Amino acid sequence: MRREIPLLITGIVGVVFVIQYFIPHWPFNRMNAWFSDWFSIVQACAIWLGALNLIKISIQKIAKKKKDWIYSVVILVFFLLITILGFAEGEEFREPGTGFTWLYEFVYTPLSSTMFAILAFFVASASYRAFRARNLEATLLLAAAFFVMLGRVPIGDVISGFMPQGAQLSNLATWIMTFPQTAGQRAIMIGIALGIVSTSLRIILGIERSHLGGGD
Amino acid sequence: MNARMKEILVVAVLTVFCAIMYWGKVDGWMTGFQFSFGLSMTVVILIAVSLLVILYLTLRGKLIGRRVVFLYVGISVTLPFFMSLSQEIKISPEVQTLYEGIAELPPGSVVLTAFDYDPPSAPELQPMAESFFRYCFNNDLKVVVIGLWPQGPQQANIAIEKILLDEAIAAKNLQYGIDYVNLGFQTGNEFVIQRMGSDFKSMFPTDYTGTPYNDLPLVRNIKNFSNIDYGFNLSAGYPGTVEWVQVAVDRYGLKMGAGNTAVQAPQCYPYIRSGQLVGILGGMNGAAEFELMTGTVGKGTKFMLSQSFAHMIVIAFIIIGNVAYFRGGRKQKL
Repeated sequence: MRREIPLLITGIVGVVFVIQYFIPHWPFNRMNAWFSDWFSIVQACAIWLGALNLIKISIQKIAKKKKDWIYSVVILVFFLLITILGFAEGEEFREPGTGFTWLYEFVYTPLSSTMFAILAFFVASASYRAFRARNLEATLLLAAAFFVMLGRVPIGDVISGFMPQGAQLSNLATWIMTFPQTAGQRAIMIGIALGIVSTSLRIILGIERSHLGGGD
Repeated sequence: MNARMKEILVVAVLTVFCAIMYWGKVDGWMTGFQFSFGLSMTVVILIAVSLLVILYLTLRGKLIGRRVVFLYVGISVTLPFFMSLSQEIKISPEVQTLYEGIAELPPGSVVLTAFDYDPPSAPELQPMAESFFRYCFNNDLKVVVIGLWPQGPQQANIAIEKILLDEAIAAKNLQYGIDYVNLGFQTGNEFVIQRMGSDFKSMFPTDYTGTPYNDLPLVRNIKNFSNIDYGFNLSAGYPGTVEWVQVAVDRYGLKMGAGNTAVQAPQCYPYIRSGQLVGILGGMNGAAEFELMTGTVGKGTKFMLSQSFAHMIVIAFIIIGNVAYFRGGRKQKL
């Protein structure tokens, strides 16, 4: 029963979602709304589950003094700090001037932006060390990257300003983005969509069961 | 000095640096500090010459380490903040069509703005949000904000608070609940969009601060997407523009434009050619172009010089890396 009930729920919900797309009338529209609400409820519970799991893992790591346990202390301290502040400040906790907002704007935002910005350094370093014209395909990719990187910033047109309008770097970048890039994206999107359809059918019909765990 | 001491030292230096920058921002001493045009050009020439020296050294077989690349990227991003150089920003077709899409909205039109990003993407998307809100408020468009990402509505609030300080907008005395509303975050990804297609209130029974939906004059009469004149999605991933197009645009016929991070924008280009998206703002460049279209100078425009420099530096190092590769008989490892 541990497998049959989840399979039955998956099958019923999947079939209802497919039918309601083509027949958006009672009872399918009502069932669609009902299942959508349940999805939101389950996902909201999953957020709590994730938070509690994070606390559990962090406490275990600190208790056993595993490698880099000090970072778990930082996680726990800030998790508790921001949660307590949020609850203590009531419904207006996100209003300007609250402690929660201060932490969000002056601690969380700069730190997470910094983490993301570090990517620029790694991208530059990786490009220097690995972006090579090894063969025809790599050379084409390199040429496209060259035109798009220069054409997507104003300095591209400063450099190519003396050239005819159509050959200026911004226009070349727009052409690459609009035609070859869009064609490639469409091919990928159609491939992904076909994959999703086939996988969804397998899940709805109970053929694909890996999402239930157990490895079959 | 062992590795742990180095780590502690780096954290200490960064903390001091952040503290200085924070107090500098609070006290305002950072504003007004600018290189002259001559000094700016001198710095640019020095950087270019040093890159030529690196190229020469590479040709001679002396390779540089990745730390040098990091240093150049750091310099190329930070120094342009202080430079007095200007560059012409050209409007791309996708930004032009997005602007035309909102420019044809009459005053009083309701614009749904979905904030589907968090602080890591804010440097690219926040300038778009600010210039979009500025345009809406200046042109008497009514703004409804929602978020499919938990931090989205907070990012919207930060942008709105900043825009409301503008003299021209402050003079309009805009009222929360009448001119703009923040309905907050709702979990459920594309299911939220789908439910909004039949009933907004079922997904957002209260606004961001807990005020009941029916007590907000702006949204009281909004039942579903048929009551929305224009949709604008700021997205950094999933759920985002792709999901809005698949559900709100394709199924419910919402007219929509989008602002994406530079990484995500290429995924959304097919939707422009097919007419599913009115237009798109891609990355900080898109933000700068939109600022130009709406006649404002925001962070997008200010930071374009840094972005131009960073792109130039990356291209320079790609060229140097390839020179090393071919010079070393295609076996050279950096």
